[in-house]
Amino acid sequence: MKENVARRGFLVGGAVLGAGALVSACTSNEPAAQPQPAQNTTAPAAAATGNDQPGQKVVIGFSAPAADHGWIAAIAKNAEATAKQYPDIEFKPVEPTNDINAQISAVESLIQAKVAALVLLPNDGQQLNQVALQATAAGIPVINLDRIFPDKLAYRTWIGGDNYGMGVAAGHYVGKKLKDKGVTNPVIVEIQGIATLPLTQDRSKGFEDALKTYGFSVTAKQDAKFTVETGNQVATSLLQAHKKIDALWNHDDDQGVGVLAAIKESGRKEFFMVGGAGSANAMREIQSGGSVLEATVTYSPTMASSAIKLARLIAQGKGMSDLVENQVPQSITLASETITKDNVEKYLPLGFES
Amino acid sequence: MNARRVFADLGQARHLGLVVAIVLLAVVGLVTVPDSFATTSNLVSILSLAATIGVITVGATFVIIGGGIDLSVGAIMALASVWATTLATQTFGQDVLELEGSGPVVMVICAVLVGTGAGLVNGLLISYGRLVPFIATLAMLVAARGLAQRMSDRKTQLVHPDNSALVELSTTRLLGIPLLVYIFALVVAVGWVVLNRTTFGRRTYAVGGNPEAARLAGINVRRHTMLLYALSGLCCGIAAVLIMARTTTGSSTHGDLYELDAIAAVIIGGTLLTGGRGTIIGSILGLLIFTLITNLFILNGLNTSDQLIAKGLIIVIAVLLQRRNLKERSP
Repeated sequence: MKENVARRGFLVGGAVLGAGALVSACTSNEPAAQPQPAQNTTAPAAAATGNDQPGQKVVIGFSAPAADHGWIAAIAKNAEATAKQYPDIEFKPVEPTNDINAQISAVESLIQAKVAALVLLPNDGQQLNQVALQATAAGIPVINLDRIFPDKLAYRTWIGGDNYGMGVAAGHYVGKKLKDKGVTNPVIVEIQGIATLPLTQDRSKGFEDALKTYGFSVTAKQDAKFTVETGNQVATSLLQAHKKIDALWNHDDDQGVGVLAAIKESGRKEFFMVGGAGSANAMREIQSGGSVLEATVTYSPTMASSAIKLARLIAQGKGMSDLVENQVPQSITLASETITKDNVEKYLPLGFES
Repeated sequence: MNARRVFADLGQARHLGLVVAIVLLAVVGLVTVPDSFATTSNLVSILSLAATIGVITVGATFVIIGGGIDLSVGAIMALASVWATTLATQTFGQDVLELEGSGPVVMVICAVLVGTGAGLVNGLLISYGRLVPFIATLAMLVAARGLAQRMSDRKTQLVHPDNSALVELSTTRLLGIPLLVYIFALVVAVGWVVLNRTTFGRRTYAVGGNPEAARLAGINVRRHTMLLYALSGLCCGIAAVLIMARTTTGSSTHGDLYELDAIAAVIIGGTLLTGGRGTIIGSILGLLIFTLITNLFILNGLNTSDQLIAKGLIIVIAVLLQRRNLKERSP
C-alpha cells in the first residue's frame, strides 16, 4: 500500500509538472516580437511570468560536449533557442568538444571574457571541477548542467535530470503493467547504455529498486553504447537468449531505433518495451499504437533551456518569480516523466530529434 | 611460385586451428545454454551479426595481403550510410528520376559509390601521394567521420518509409535466412574467386610479398595498390547498405572501431600484417570466432568487459600459434 501511494505521488507529480509546462506553453505571450520556434525545434516557449520582464543586458557563456548523440545536440540547440528569446541575453557559446583539455581551455577563455554567468555541461564533472572553481573564484556564477561537479564550491546552481528516477519510472510502468496482467515470474530484460558510466548504474539501480516493490527482478541486462548499431546488436542476441520476454526496458531512445529494428526483424510481439530519454522518434512510435514500444521515460534536454533562464536570472540578481526566495535555488532536479499513448501529444513538441 | 602458394592455402590444414576453436566455442555454447544456442534462429542471428563486418573483412584481407592497412573502414561505412540516407539521396529517385520505387536503388548506388570513392582517395594518396598507408587511412578515418557528422548534423537519419524496400534486405528471408546473409556470402565467394583464381589476386600476393620483385616482373605496383584500397572502399559501401538495412538508419556513429575488429579477424585468420600471405576463408573464420564469443557472452548474460578480455587473449594466442606454425614449415 505504501509503495502504491509513493508511486501515485510520483505519477501525479509528473502529471502536474507536465500540465504546468502545457499551461505555460499555452499562455505564453512573451516575447511577442520574437517568432516562436518552429514545431520541430525542441525549445519550450518562454513562461509568462514576472521573470521574463527585460532586465539589464547580460552575457551568458555556454560550453558543452560535442554533439555525437541526439540528446546532446538537443542540449546545444535548446540553449541557443532559449537565449535568442531574450533581447537582454548575449549568448556566447564556445566550440563544443569531447576533449577534456579543449573544454578546459574553452571555459578559461570564457572566464577571461568576463561573462556574467556560465552554463556548463562538462564532459566529466570530476575533470572540469578545477576550472569551474576558477570561474567561481573570478566571480562568475556557474550554472552546472546535468553532469555534476563533485565540489559544491565549484558551482552556484545545478540543474539536471534524475537518472535514478528514470529507472524508477520505467520500473513502475513495467511492474504495474505486469502485476495488472497477473504475470508471475516475468522475464524482464534491460538494455543499458554505456555500462561504465555512473548514470547507467543509477538508472539500473532505480529500475531494480522499483521492480522490487512489485516482487519482480531483472532477468537479464546487457550494455549497448548509446548508438543505433550497438542497440541493434545487443537486442538481436538478447532476443535469441530469451525465447519469451514479458517486458523490456531500453535506457536510451537513440539506441532504441536499433533495438526496435531488431525486434521488428525477429517478428516478436509477445512483450512490451519502455524507452528512455524521450526522443521524438520514440514518441511518434508510441503514438502510432501498433508498436511494442508502449512508453518512454523522460530525461529531457529541455533542461538546457531552463539552465539558460536560470543563468539569466542569477546574472541579473533576480529570484524565481514563482518562489518566495529572493535568489535562484541551489539545485533543481527534473522529474522523469512517463510518456504513454495517453499523454504523448502533450510531450511531442518537447521531444528531440535523434 | 605464388600460384602454387595460393593453391596450398586452400588446404584445410591451415585453417584447422580456427575450425577447432569454433568447434570448442560451439561446445561451450551447447553446454552452457543448450536451449538457445543450437537453434536455427540463433545461428541465423550470428550470421546476420557477422554479415556487415564480414563484408568489410573481405576488403581488409585484400589490403593486408597487398602489404597495406586500412584504418578508415568503419568511418567510410558511416559516411556511406549517412550520404545514402540524406533527404536529397532518399528522394532523388522519386523527384529527379521520377521513377516509382527507385529510391532504394539510388541509395544502394550512392552508398557503393561513396565507399569506392573514399577508398580511391586513400589509394591515390598512398600510391601516387606516397603517404604511408597507416597515415593516409588514419587521416581518412578522422575526416570521413567528421564529414559524416557534418552531413547528418550528428543526427540519426532514418530510412524513409517510401524506401523501406531497402530494409527488406534484412527482414525478407529466403529459406529462413535473411537476404543480407546471402549478400555476405556472395561477397565472400566473389572475394575468394578474385583472390585465388584471377590475375588480380595473384598480383595482390606478389605486391604484398615483395613489391620490388613484383615491379620487376612487370606489375604496375602503384596502380594495383590504389585498386586494393578502392576495393576495400567498395566493400565498406556494401557494408553500409547492410547496416542501413539492419538498423533502418544511417548514422555517423555506425562502424565505430570496425577497423580494429576487421584487422583482428584478418590476423586471427592467419594473414600476415607484413603482406604476401593470407586467405579470405581464414579471415571469415576469425570473424566468426569473434561473433560467436559475443553471442555466447550475451546468451549467458555475461559482462561485455570480460568479452573484451577474451577477445584480446584470442588475438595473442592466435598469433603465437601461427608463429609456431610458420617456424615448423620453414626450417
